[in-house]
Amino acid sequence: MIPATFGYTRASTIDDAVAALASSDDAKVLGGGQSLLPVLRLRLNAPELVVDCSGIDEIKSIDGSGDRVVIGSGATHHAVMNDPAVTSSVPLLAQATATVADPQIRHRGTVGGALAHADPRADQPPVALALDAEFTIAGPGGRRTVPAAEFFVGPFETAVGEDELLVSASFPKYDGWGSHYEKFNRTAQAWSIVGVGAAVRMDSGSIAEARIGLANVGGTPMRASATEQALVGASSMAEIEAACAQAADGLEPFADEDADVEFRKHLVRVLTKRAVARAAGISS
Amino acid sequence: MTETVETSTPLGRPIKRKEDAKLLHGRTNWTDNIQLPGTLHMAILRSPFAHANITKLDVSGALQQPNVVAAYGADELGDLNGSVPCVWPVTDDIVMPDFPSLAKGKVRHVGDCVAVVLATDAKHAADALEAIDVEYEPLDAIVDMEAALAPDSPALHEEAGTNKCYVYNLGGGYDDAKAKADVVVKRRFINQRLIPAFMEPRSVVAAPMGMSDEITVWSSTQIPHILRVLIALVTGIPENNLRIVAPDVGGGFGGKLQIYREEILVTQIARKLGRPVKWTESRSEDMVATHHGRDQIQDIEIAATKDGTLLGLKVDLIANMGAYLQIITPGTPLLGMFMYPAIYKMDAYDFQCTGVFTSTTPTDAYRGAGRPEATYAIERIIDELAAELDMDPMALRQRNWITHEEFPYTTVAGLTYDTGNYEAATAKALDLFGMDELRAEQKQRRESGDPVQLGIGISTFTEMCGLAPSRTLGALKYVAGGWEHATIRMLPTGKVELITGTSPHGQGHETAWSQIAASILGIGVEDIEVVHGDTGRAPYGMDTYGSRSLAVGGQAIKKAADNLIEKATVIAAHQLECSPGDLEFADGQFSVKGDPEKAQPLAAVAFEAFTAHNLPDGVEPTLQGEATVDPEDFSFPHGTHLAAMEVDTDTGRVTVRKYVAVDDVGVQVNPMIVEGQVHGGLAQGIAQALYEGAFYDEDGLPLNANLSTYLIPAAPDLPSFITDRTETPSTTHPLGTKGVGEAGTIASTPAIINGIVDALRPLGVTDVAMPATPMTVWKTIQAAKGGQA
Repeated sequence: MIPATFGYTRASTIDDAVAALASSDDAKVLGGGQSLLPVLRLRLNAPELVVDCSGIDEIKSIDGSGDRVVIGSGATHHAVMNDPAVTSSVPLLAQATATVADPQIRHRGTVGGALAHADPRADQPPVALALDAEFTIAGPGGRRTVPAAEFFVGPFETAVGEDELLVSASFPKYDGWGSHYEKFNRTAQAWSIVGVGAAVRMDSGSIAEARIGLANVGGTPMRASATEQALVGASSMAEIEAACAQAADGLEPFADEDADVEFRKHLVRVLTKRAVARAAGISS
Repeated sequence: MTETVETSTPLGRPIKRKEDAKLLHGRTNWTDNIQLPGTLHMAILRSPFAHANITKLDVSGALQQPNVVAAYGADELGDLNGSVPCVWPVTDDIVMPDFPSLAKGKVRHVGDCVAVVLATDAKHAADALEAIDVEYEPLDAIVDMEAALAPDSPALHEEAGTNKCYVYNLGGGYDDAKAKADVVVKRRFINQRLIPAFMEPRSVVAAPMGMSDEITVWSSTQIPHILRVLIALVTGIPENNLRIVAPDVGGGFGGKLQIYREEILVTQIARKLGRPVKWTESRSEDMVATHHGRDQIQDIEIAATKDGTLLGLKVDLIANMGAYLQIITPGTPLLGMFMYPAIYKMDAYDFQCTGVFTSTTPTDAYRGAGRPEATYAIERIIDELAAELDMDPMALRQRNWITHEEFPYTTVAGLTYDTGNYEAATAKALDLFGMDELRAEQKQRRESGDPVQLGIGISTFTEMCGLAPSRTLGALKYVAGGWEHATIRMLPTGKVELITGTSPHGQGHETAWSQIAASILGIGVEDIEVVHGDTGRAPYGMDTYGSRSLAVGGQAIKKAADNLIEKATVIAAHQLECSPGDLEFADGQFSVKGDPEKAQPLAAVAFEAFTAHNLPDGVEPTLQGEATVDPEDFSFPHGTHLAAMEVDTDTGRVTVRKYVAVDDVGVQVNPMIVEGQVHGGLAQGIAQALYEGAFYDEDGLPLNANLSTYLIPAAPDLPSFITDRTETPSTTHPLGTKGVGEAGTIASTPAIINGIVDALRPLGVTDVAMPATPMTVWKTIQAAKGGQA
């Protein structure tokens, strides 16, 4: 379909974008457009103003030179999943990003856009949550930093205000950790029915620390904290399975055509076990 | 005259498609690319309800919107609100409700057309829809087919008083066969609703052509010729003043074998306003307003002796018509009627089909049209019978199939299969598959309790192509014929125009038809232009559907080429001062037998025919051959497909590990195009088994009418297919061809599901619903385990 009429402005700096967002009560940020354009074309939303941020060079960088890896919100999925700092220090993010849609979309869409869009089905939000990412947000009052635990507020809702722009997401470095993103979907290009991101730090063949994020099991990404604790010390498949048996406890997933509540919770348990085992390099 | 089809010709060669450079370089002429001065763009207000009375409709608000020129509901359009025709009244007492282009007071499915707006650009037309004042009084949706047939169900078409459209019966004698049987297996299969989802959305442009009375209609259609007749009948526009053009058409799969209400509306409004009108659907519209396919409840029962000899088959279908009857809605399930007995010998066959109206998108032909449903049910129940008899499923098939010595063979359904060799195709498939190794691995996985189980699915299918002998169609109450036309015109310079009545939309006719004609005329494939899809340039034809284009259209091309050569022979004999019988024709040249120095190329004959300075008495100038051919019979491609399926019992995820397809489509004109048809067909058939299914909630609202949730597999979701062919030429088709457009779709669906059930049978699983999603498979396993406990 053809979108309803909207205003359009192209920002070349973060300040430009913030000023433009402030100029309208109903403005939307355009990054790679892979989420916003379908929404506009289906006329599910008709913003007064679209602020195109795809020309802001200062948000496209990926910087791993410090003690964190800082990913500009304008970096494409393709750039993120192939960046050496990401693949070596935040491999789980690279792995999850590689499962997003298809190559065309990964060349246009941005990781920052996916995080800010906060689709409950998206693969990177649970990774950001599990890995304690921090989000830098620019607004009329300057910049602020929000931890991942406070960033994801609800379905399609984050701490980024109407007049704010996500500038970057920064990740602690997890060099030496094992990780795996277990995506379960019906076709390669489809959304996750359930996604599980797991990162583990091993010590002498046992799990010393585990971080687990879950996609599409509620309105926001979820962290399997109790399972993370229970996994400490696990060194066999049986111990991993025992710990992951509780991975779905307390979740209140929704039902859809792909999975009812029972099946979705079952998948959480099975896929968490698989993700952790792969991350830990344990197969028996 | 010498034999015209020889191995030195282009026939049978995998030459690259002439069509592809244009496609790859974006030089295609899609209907939506057509830009005529003064065009008005149409947008359609569609019903959000499955079943509702329209209590208020006021389009005047739309007229106040910018750039809007006109807006119509059914009242405003009046007599121009033509009704969509159905050309296949399958029984004398069939219920055929009126299907107005714009709903008259009542909507009957989500997507039903309520009103239209015409604006000078597409965006403002879409915007103005929001200014239409419409109110609905929702009525009970009619979704479940069996509930719709219950006496207390509300009737979707009140004047009919029932949702039953028709009951069709064929055959008889099953009860006697059953009485003699040791084993009877009965199953209910659900052949779910599918959406054609062709790549190019529908689009139509209609324009009054200036000073003449002609109206030209460009449409993304498979059937320009049939559309011309039907638009003339619906609108009253004299047929001779109507020109229909199907420009480049991006796929159809039966979904564009239709006369759509949007085509009628665009034509009528262009005529009323005297301006070009264009409408191009969005994907959202396509998913609810393009006709759907399949959607049958199949009760099937098979009777056999304890040694596995089939005695009889009983099939009782309920077929979903949807809300209205479109072009061949009622006949589509009956195209499968003859195919349930498939390749098997038996004594008795009872068939019944009940068509039912529901408040859903109308159904009609979709790739295979009736035959995939039939093949699914018979190939599934053969596996179930084998399990019941504790027989190898291939051994059961071998015991009952028609052996190659028995052709021609008239089946219990009354079709005469001219040729086939099921033994040869099966032997080749088994060889490529590695059945013994896979069975050994299956055994090992079962014994070790591997969470990933392996299953082997078999489909030894046949189908009927080449629709169809016109007399047969008449006997089935179809109101048109099944012939095809070709004209081959040799121009003075030796170049050739090949005018075909088939209407390709991705199949590669331009290449394949050129190969046939070039082989007979002894000229280059590149010297031939194939003209199609335009009733102004190709006036006669019955279009493209049902794997008929080669099977029927190919015959017409051969005969037209033979006729051209026959005329050229007379002219050449005159030029060479001999009798026609003294000439032979090879490699594009006539020569006198025994005196090869006396020769004349065909192109020279064409020039003589053009100048007409020295033609024999009674021979008319110009060199062309024409033929209109009615096929002698259907053709019957067949094949053996084998699928190795991995089932992750922990998650229900199913993976096609190996897929072997050995098809016998008779003589292959272009094996590369055949290969492409097989691959695409397999993808679509596997999609029905694993991915696709259009579903409604109890209010009749579509649950997945978008490409985000109606899942179509892509290359990463499918295995690398192993394909091969056996070649048993058809004896009723002069080129020996059979048709390949639907084979893969028909064959693959049961192979996949048979493989899943085979993997899970030790767990107590005897069926898996389609599409076999992870949740469906997992729950089936849980239910079976629960049953065992």
